[in-house]
Formats: sequence, structure tokens, C-alpha cells
Amino acid sequence: MSPIDPAPLAPVDSSADRVMIRLDKVSKTFPGAAAPAIGDLSLEFLRGEIVTLVGPSGCGKTTTLKLVNRLIEPTSGRIQVDGKDALEIEPYILRLGIGYVIQQVGLFPHRTVRQNIATVPGLLGWDRARINERVDELVQLVGLESGMANRYPAELSGGQQQRVGVARALAADPPVLLMDEPFGAVDPIVRNRLQDELLRLQERLRKTIVLVTHDIDEAIKLGDKMALLNVGGVLEQFGKPEEILREPANEFVNRFIGGERGLKRLALITLAEIELDPGPIVSPQADEAEARAVMEKHGTDWVGVVEKGNLLGWVWGSDLGKDEPLESRVQWFKVKLSPKNTLREALDEIITSRTQVAVVCEGDRYLGMTTLEQIRTAVAR
Amino acid sequence: MTLIADTLGQPLIQWSWLKAHGGVIVSLVLQHILLTGIAVGIGFAISMVLAIYSVRHRRAYAPVTWLTGIMYTIPSIALFGFLVPLTGYTILSAEIGLVSYTLLILIRNIVAGIDSVPAEVREAAIAMGYRPTRLLLQIELPIALPTIVAGLRIATVTTIGLVTITSLITYGGLGLLILQGLQSFFPTKVVVGSVLSILLAALTDAAFVVGTRALTPWARRKAATA
Repeated sequence: MSPIDPAPLAPVDSSADRVMIRLDKVSKTFPGAAAPAIGDLSLEFLRGEIVTLVGPSGCGKTTTLKLVNRLIEPTSGRIQVDGKDALEIEPYILRLGIGYVIQQVGLFPHRTVRQNIATVPGLLGWDRARINERVDELVQLVGLESGMANRYPAELSGGQQQRVGVARALAADPPVLLMDEPFGAVDPIVRNRLQDELLRLQERLRKTIVLVTHDIDEAIKLGDKMALLNVGGVLEQFGKPEEILREPANEFVNRFIGGERGLKRLALITLAEIELDPGPIVSPQADEAEARAVMEKHGTDWVGVVEKGNLLGWVWGSDLGKDEPLESRVQWFKVKLSPKNTLREALDEIITSRTQVAVVCEGDRYLGMTTLEQIRTAVAR
Repeated sequence: MTLIADTLGQPLIQWSWLKAHGGVIVSLVLQHILLTGIAVGIGFAISMVLAIYSVRHRRAYAPVTWLTGIMYTIPSIALFGFLVPLTGYTILSAEIGLVSYTLLILIRNIVAGIDSVPAEVREAAIAMGYRPTRLLLQIELPIALPTIVAGLRIATVTTIGLVTITSLITYGGLGLLILQGLQSFFPTKVVVGSVLSILLAALTDAAFVVGTRALTPWARRKAATA
């Protein structure tokens, strides 16, 4: 291996090993400390997944993160990155292949945005043209105006600085990204937007991301998996956020994930994941008797009108039986959800709409309806 | 009192003398600049080594500042008095004295400058794959630059002043004019030597201000937005 190669990058779909990072019985005791910061921790991070490390202060989450790129050396245990023993690789070579984003960003104040983003490609010895092309691409990718590329960090807002930090970490396309409270220093509105953008980016990039946060909601929102750590680096529970919310392993986890577990879970389940009900629907040609039968069966005082898979709207039961055709009294459903929407959004629609259902469509195509009862069932699974 | 009494009869500046000795004055100005340049250059080189060593090995910093602090405290005339028996009336004696006065200021500023690099900037650099030497040259020293240059500015201006004292051991640039003027009760020399050395110091100072701005556009823009 040439000394300036980053830790070798295998494609995400490599079937050889789905595990990108493996911590095997790792412990860390800092010099002079009575108790270990991390004791005997084993964790696996799969390729293309975001794992959030969350826990109270002193739980060793940042220490765990820094073990991966060897900013901190373990006292004992094994660490593998991309199938290789990380403790055998020269630290700087290992780090060239691992993006790193921190709360304080740590942009170089004496370098422009462009130069900051070009850092790792520069260390890797890319030629100027390739670096410039890559920087332009990244400026766009993280949603910065191209005019900002020639500014200095001090001239940017906190949110903009963090975007540059993410762009800089992604510059050489590392397979692994370590993020330590990346959105901790920006205000809640910007934080929310940056979180959404990270998820959007991740849909395209499929990096292996380890993200440290003390914010349980952020951990739930961003993590494909979530590792809950307790003081002393004890792993209390590891799994999908939805699973952890459904079945907290113990009292510590239960307390840490806090109230509104049900609502938090609803935000994690999409409509695509549950079985939708066709709902009370008739065709526009249906007569009054047919419509009343459908309403009775569903216990509603309204009926939906569907023509060849397209949802036209709905009609009050009291409007039936008048002379005009059904179609003339059809009202629009004001809100139509898509399968990508969450049960939480569906619930909001159910409790605020007159029809007390959430209508799900894919484009124009009618997929079905969700009721309060269905949501209850989904959560009770 | 006699000095004042004897010089009172003469004009402050004899322009004819000035005209006749233009070449000498220019060469003394150049000597002044040269003595200063050598002193600051060597002092800076020594300071860099000691400062970087002190940053890497913190325990060395206290003794280094203690030693250079003592050098800085010795009155200059006393120092040259010590040196002459050892190294004679030479440029070496002059420079040893001048260099020793630059060290404390320069070392302190270099260390302070490197210390001013935010911890998160250093951590980010290391986490991206910087090794110590490259980190120092490309990140730490550039960020420390304004503080380092501020130290150079003080050291240089101070040295320009001190060079006039080295005239006592024959190498003194414009100081020689002042000394001779005082000894021969010839005010023109005193005035020319004083004015030019003040001018030299002021111009150097201004040059440093302009130079710092040119070298650190990022710091200036920061100030502009703050």
C-alpha cells in the first residue's frame, strides 16, 4: 500500500463483510483514572448505516468515537475498520480514510472555505484540477452558495460553518464518517434542517456514520441503529430506535428515552410499513343504496369516491339521495399523505380532519386509508 | 551644564556639514539596518527553535523564559561591558548583545501564537491525517503568524533603538553620529543621528503593520465582520 492511500475503500455492496467497524472487547482507562471510561465494549457498525451513540455525560460515547480513528488508543481490545486491524495501520493513514466532524467544527481560520474543503484531497496529493472539481461538487452537495467558497470561516454563520465541516469531511469520499455532536452548537431550527439534510445526503452517499449525541431525539431521528451507553462505557441497549422504544431493555433505557415513547415510535414508522385499509369507497356510478351499505359497514357518515384507482374525494352521507349525480357533491381531501409519511403525521391528520382518516396516495393513485385503530394496532405490534 | 553652554552658540544643524557628509550618513543608516537585521534574524532563528521545543516539551518553557528573561533584564551598557573583555570591540560583541535582547520577546510571542491555535482546530487537523511537522508548518504557524509578527515588530523596533548603544563598542550605525556629536559638542551630528534613528524605527514599525495585514487577510476580515 502506498503511504498516502487512505484506508482502502471497498464498495458498500461488498458481500464479503457487511461490518465496516468492529469494536471487540475494547476498554479504555485514562492515566490516573480510577475507573475505566469504557469497559469491555463490543459493537459492530454495518456498512452504509448510521449508528448513533447516545448516553449521559461520562458514558464514554466520545471516547468510543475517537477510538475508531485512534485519536484515543484503547487500553485493551481489538478494533477493525473495513476488515483491517486499525491498531496495525499508521494512525494518519487510517485517518485519511475516515471523515471527522465535531461540534466546534474546527475549520482552519487562515484558509478559505475552498481551501478548507480541499484539505484531505491535498494531503492525498490529488492534482489541482481534480481538487477544484471536487470542491465545487461538495459546495453544492452541502447546500452552500458557490460565492461562499472564497470566504474565510469567520465570515460564515454557525450553520454555514458546519456545512463546510461536513463538506470537508466528505472531500476524499471516505467510507466512514465520525460525527461528534455535529449539530450541537447551532440553534434548534438550523439543527433540524441540518439533520434533515444529513439524512437526505445519506440516501445518496450510504456512508458508515457513527454519530455521537446527548440528544435522545436526535439519536432516534438520525440513527438506523442506536447504541445507548451508560456511565463507564456500559452498553445498555443496541438496536433500531423503533425496537428500543418498543422494548426498552431496562429501567436505565426506559428513563433515558423519556416520555412520549409511543409518539416517538410513531415518527419512526412509515405508512409504507403498515397495511392500509381500502376504506369506505364507492365508484362514481354507485347508487344511493350501495353507498349507504358501504357507510354502514365502515360506521362512517361519509363515503369516498374512487374512479379507476384515482381518489376523487368524499361525500357526506346526508348529501346522498338527492337528484344530482354523486360527482357534483364530491369534496376534496385537503391532505393526502404518501407512503413515505410517518404514522405520527398520519395521526395528526386523523385527529384534525373531518373524515377522521388519513388518506394515502402515491401520486394520483389511491392506496388506502389509515384510521386511529390501525395506528393503535401498528404500535401494539 | 558645560555641554549645553558650549553648544548654545552653535546652530542645531549645519547644513553644509550635512551636504559634505551625505555618503557617510547613508552608510551609517545601512550599517544600522544591517546590525538590526542580523540581530533580529539570528534572534528569530534561535527563538523559533527554543519556542517550538518549548511547545513540544512544556517543562522546558519555564527555564527558557527564565534564562532569556535574565538576559533581557541586564542593562545594555553593563552587558556590553561584560562582553568586550571576552569578544573585544567587534561586531560579534554587538550582535551577541542585540540578539540576546530579542529572545524573550520573540520566544514568548511564538509560544503564545502556537498556543492560540484553538484545540478543536488542532484536533480536526490531526483527525484528518496531519502529522506533526506538517501540522506545525501548515496549520499552527500560519495561525500563530499575527502573534509572531507582533513579536518581531517589537523586537525589531527595540533593536533599532539598542543599536545606537552599540556605538559604545564602535559598531553602532547612527548611534556613532550621536556619540561623536556628544563627544565633540557638535549638535548637528546628534540631531541627524537621533532623527534618522527615530525615523528608521517609525518606518519599520509602519512596515510591520502593513506587512501583517497583507500576510493575514483572514484575520483582517474577521475583524471586519466582528
